[in-house]
Amino acid sequence: MNEKPKPPIQIDKMDKEFLDTIIKAGAEKINVCIQCGTCTSSCPSGRRTALKTRQLMRKGLLGLKDEILNNKDLWLCTTCYTCLERCPRGVDPTDVILTMRRMAVQAGNMLDPHKRVAGLVIKFGHAVPIDEATRKLRTTMNLGENPPTVHAYPEALKEVQEIIKKKGFDKLVCYEWK
Amino acid sequence: MDYALFLGCIIPNRYPGIELSIKKVAENMGFGLKDLPGASCCPAPGVFKSFDHATWLALAARNLVIAESLGADVVTMCNGCYSTLKETNKILKNDFGKRNEVNEVLKPFNKEFKGTINVKHLLEVLYNDIGLEKIKGMVKKPLNLKIAVHYGCHIVKPTKERENIKSAERPKFFDELVEVLGAKSISYKDKMMCCGAGGGVRAAYLDTALDMTREKLENAQEAGADCIVTPCAFCHLQLDRGQIEIRDRTGTSFNMPILHYVQLLGLALGLKPEELGLFNNAVPVDSVLKKIGT
Repeated sequence: MNEKPKPPIQIDKMDKEFLDTIIKAGAEKINVCIQCGTCTSSCPSGRRTALKTRQLMRKGLLGLKDEILNNKDLWLCTTCYTCLERCPRGVDPTDVILTMRRMAVQAGNMLDPHKRVAGLVIKFGHAVPIDEATRKLRTTMNLGENPPTVHAYPEALKEVQEIIKKKGFDKLVCYEWK
Repeated sequence: MDYALFLGCIIPNRYPGIELSIKKVAENMGFGLKDLPGASCCPAPGVFKSFDHATWLALAARNLVIAESLGADVVTMCNGCYSTLKETNKILKNDFGKRNEVNEVLKPFNKEFKGTINVKHLLEVLYNDIGLEKIKGMVKKPLNLKIAVHYGCHIVKPTKERENIKSAERPKFFDELVEVLGAKSISYKDKMMCCGAGGGVRAAYLDTALDMTREKLENAQEAGADCIVTPCAFCHLQLDRGQIEIRDRTGTSFNMPILHYVQLLGLALGLKPEELGLFNNAVPVDSVLKKIGT
């Protein structure tokens, strides 16, 4: 009974510059969102999780920087694009979420499993690298133990790794070269 | 006509049966496939595009350049690879600033993006380049199956990046490609729903991903499907191996066979199940083979 009501949005938490940054980073159309909720009601992930796409759009519009950059719900989107297809205002919510994710990563907020996936591409050139069981299976199928990808061409893997270094992606995902 | 076969990660490294299938099917149908030597991860759109746009673009460009050097259009059998390669190809063809940036990075490796090829999904090759009529004429073994087709998301969405798709709500081309093989594409609840795997959700929140998969499987089962057929390697993995993960977590067994479309096509062309790697799924497909009398 005595629970304090959640405070409304604090004006001093609103950061207009942050909204401009989101817009410049790729969320060009977030401004025209009318909060109709078509995105949230179309979301297969939001049906079972805390992900509320409409709320993310609103928080972005209000420039609530900390609530966006530290928002774990951003990573519950499967990028199925249903919201983007159905949005009556053409906000492209999936693209907004992807933009917010990249900003979160820039701010150092990346989930550990995603660092691991990124690490696999850096180390092997494949997000899903080959394993022993598949090597054997490939041999029985006469496909060659390794596929004709980076797995069979060490110099190609080197290229991939050089590109990653040049782009600073290894540092971005805190990869440790061994 | 020859195509450059982009394998991606899941097909060669988890489901080589799909790789074997496309080779046998291409041979049977009379189109050529070239390897893309030294290709890497596409890289995956839901995760890498979420981390860093420039790295995503540069690594994809490297793959596209390998295909350009072969002078062949890319064909993919994974919606994720399709999404990355199709979209990056378009960006680099139209945005010269980004193209220069990428070419600067590729220069030390004597690689340059020129914009000379197109990226196609296998279903586009079949539907647009070969055509339903021709496929119909090649069917040796009509399939008396009730099939729940699972398009997956990125083969049709976002439609702003898919010039052949008018609406993502009720597309028809995949149903037609299934029905031309003699099978029935059944309607089921939430047919266009995501398998749950994309966007890094499988990696970070497996339980959430699997709950979506469970709903998909339940809906297909309720409609009386003999199997689910998908054109995407990642959906294939999620729907197939996901059933084992769901069973281990909840005790529920669906025993729903999952086939990649290229394997279904192979069966209709009269190829043997072992030529299609059909015995290497997590969930056995025996009930399907029994029903079609193979």
